[in-house]
Amino acid sequence: MELEQHEYDVVVVGAGGAGLRAAIEAHESGARTAVVCKSLLGKAHTVMAEGGIAAAMANTYPEDNWRVHFRDTMRGGKMLNHWRMAQLHAQEAPDRVRELEDWGALFDRTPDGLISQRDFGGHRYARLAHVGDRTGLELIRTLQQRTVALGIDVYMECTVTRLLTDNGEITGAFGYWRESGRFVAWQAPSVVLATGGIGKSYKVTSNSWEYTGDGHSLALQAGATLVNMEFVQFHPTGMVWPPSVRGILVTESVRGDGGILKNSAGNRFMFDYIPDFFRKETAETEAEADRWYEDKKNNRRPPELLPRDEVARAINSEVKAGRGTPHGGVFLDIASRRSPEYIRKRLPSMYHQFKELAEVDITAEAMEVGPTCHYVMGGVEVDPDTEAARVPGLFAAGEVAGGMHGSNRLGGNSLSDLLVFGRRAGLAAAEHALKRIDRTHLREDALADAARAALAPFDREGGENPYTVQHDLQQTMHDLVGIIRTEPEMEQALERIAALKERVANLSVEGHRQYNPGWHLALDLPHMLVVGECIARAALERQESRGGHTRDDFPATDAEWARTNLVCSRAPDGSVALTRQPLPRMPAELAEIFEESA
Amino acid sequence: MSYAGRFRVWRGDVTGGDLEDFTVEVNEGEVVLDVIHRLQATQAGDLAVRWNCKAGKCGSCGAEINGRPRLMCMTRMSTFGEADTVTITPLRTFPVVRDLVTDVSYNYEKAAQIPAFSPRPRDADGNYRMQQVDVERSQEFRKCIECFLCQDTCHVIRDHEGNKAAFAGPRFLIRLAELDMHPLDTTDRRDAAQDEFGLGYCNITKCCSEVCPEGIHLTDNGIIPLKERVVDRRFDPLTWLGSKIGRRPRD
Repeated sequence: MELEQHEYDVVVVGAGGAGLRAAIEAHESGARTAVVCKSLLGKAHTVMAEGGIAAAMANTYPEDNWRVHFRDTMRGGKMLNHWRMAQLHAQEAPDRVRELEDWGALFDRTPDGLISQRDFGGHRYARLAHVGDRTGLELIRTLQQRTVALGIDVYMECTVTRLLTDNGEITGAFGYWRESGRFVAWQAPSVVLATGGIGKSYKVTSNSWEYTGDGHSLALQAGATLVNMEFVQFHPTGMVWPPSVRGILVTESVRGDGGILKNSAGNRFMFDYIPDFFRKETAETEAEADRWYEDKKNNRRPPELLPRDEVARAINSEVKAGRGTPHGGVFLDIASRRSPEYIRKRLPSMYHQFKELAEVDITAEAMEVGPTCHYVMGGVEVDPDTEAARVPGLFAAGEVAGGMHGSNRLGGNSLSDLLVFGRRAGLAAAEHALKRIDRTHLREDALADAARAALAPFDREGGENPYTVQHDLQQTMHDLVGIIRTEPEMEQALERIAALKERVANLSVEGHRQYNPGWHLALDLPHMLVVGECIARAALERQESRGGHTRDDFPATDAEWARTNLVCSRAPDGSVALTRQPLPRMPAELAEIFEESA
Repeated sequence: MSYAGRFRVWRGDVTGGDLEDFTVEVNEGEVVLDVIHRLQATQAGDLAVRWNCKAGKCGSCGAEINGRPRLMCMTRMSTFGEADTVTITPLRTFPVVRDLVTDVSYNYEKAAQIPAFSPRPRDADGNYRMQQVDVERSQEFRKCIECFLCQDTCHVIRDHEGNKAAFAGPRFLIRLAELDMHPLDTTDRRDAAQDEFGLGYCNITKCCSEVCPEGIHLTDNGIIPLKERVVDRRFDPLTWLGSKIGRRPRD
């Protein structure tokens, strides 16, 4: 078989924040490094992150430090986070932010000239380093420019369809150029997955087409495990109108900067939804909540800034109770609370987005918002210090990795996660590769098999259109494994997924291999199905409600489940197997942090 | 609410192609990219198009809509009449790959040639201190989403393939301006701007500023100040004399 082949020490799959940070670190550790990405460089989903990067730099509040950030993160995740990941994240995030300035990033400043930090849900102090509401763009552009300056090879518009293993160890990856449809293989002892999330399996989502869960699925096929897959974050504020923009993100900064949520009766309903777990640290009256923006010492946080799972559930309940807006959301109002100049300065892209797409002037009227599928907490189970998966040579960082965020991620902790664990993954991947002096050649039969599988949709005629199957999967996940879940619905979802698998096996695509989106989608669908199955199986098994997993039939948290993780692996017959695994024990010196005053 | 919209979409590849007529359902609130997606899902499964965020943040879905360079995700169908035929063609400045997808590698090659950011050392406490007013000048250019619509519309390269070698295009001239105005950067790129990136080719017709979906004032705030800085350095007689007799640092 004629095949383009390359040799590297480290191949990074994905060019968002985690992938680029991993590639930079691997390169600087002396590894020959390549980045493979499905889109053009600089277009990865990180670009859509708006609010900021959480890091306890203490620029605005000297009281802030990594212990407070660690505590906020663990509590936001309802204590299911891997403690070691949460610790490393909180400790290292400030250095990762400062380093971006060495590479050209320009954050907004405090009056003293330091990096300004803004308020966000679940964070005790103003902690998010930001650039207006386009922080993700700044992050990706900075890392992109650094990657280019270092001369790292980037394979753009190239999709990985298989991880290659030999004797249970990673030997490389196989994929195709989107432009030509030709195949390409990389021989490398280390592969870092940084492929992002799974949101495209849902109908209403803030995620782009790239979020097919391919990294989750590739890891599973290669023999790695996935943890916490039942936890999917529905961001409380997505656009709801017009229908074509439904799901597009409305940044949490709107609330961090003073915006409030109201129902159709004009009530600030979040005061009715303060859970006991957060009661001590949440304001009880509107007056106290409003004072908090100026004086955090003597007042408690507004309930609009509870963690995202709480706010999303509250909005869902208000709409269900008939107190929603004309288009089925709730009102997010900053117009009546801040000056037009302030709003345009702090939230320029929100202003632009609503003006252009919904003909709403957010400085004059309230936005209509509702929950949208935003982030998967679950992902590849990794060693916290090295991001190594259970397959030697495989690493994962960013959204595709699991454990860091427990059952719910705090806003702002994603960008810092990308940087902290992207760097660690790149370092460990380089170390692993540089120890492997004898390289394993890629096996011809494995390459031929990967090529055959990729071309199969062209061989079938008269089969179904991949777009229809994708639509049906999105509807299934939205209706049956969405924000509120029940046993009968999830069982039905699993039946439908099984039926969809048969339909995917019989897809056919029109046209030829050159830049053919129908074919690309046909190859993405198996990933989306396997991830959908992982989510549904794990969600069915966990009989409690916690973070991004809400069971109508088990509405409370459960002490036994508080100590248990669910781990997905690939069963010999190709199906998804589920096992229970005890949560890692937090050492006493960290446990003490939760005894300290709230 | 819904109507049957008429569209002409360019289909083809490097060997040639043509406009094809389609009739596609259009619903309230939709943008051109919604229509393209519906076209893919129902009539042309292999229609090639780039897109990612569908929210005007990634700059992937540039095309020429009725001849004007625009992002498909930010062009609302309500800007056209129901009876109008909407024509969608690929960006003309770049070679076609297939249908609405073009080969934009020219931009990535130019990006790689720009001398990298090189900061002054951090303050003693490990921080950098900069005033908001100082970072805002470069921040305007860092808003760029690299949709390359400015490159597409720029007449220096739009119909003059031969100029591409000597001219980096508005996107990269404002990148040079951004670095020039960056409070931390220490590299002087003024000679390079003129000699390697073709700053002199720009005759400030401001077409780039007009098509920028981010509203960046490329010409007024980026390219013209950069031109002035180059002129100061090259043609001010005192600066020139000072640099020749070694009394004035070459700054």
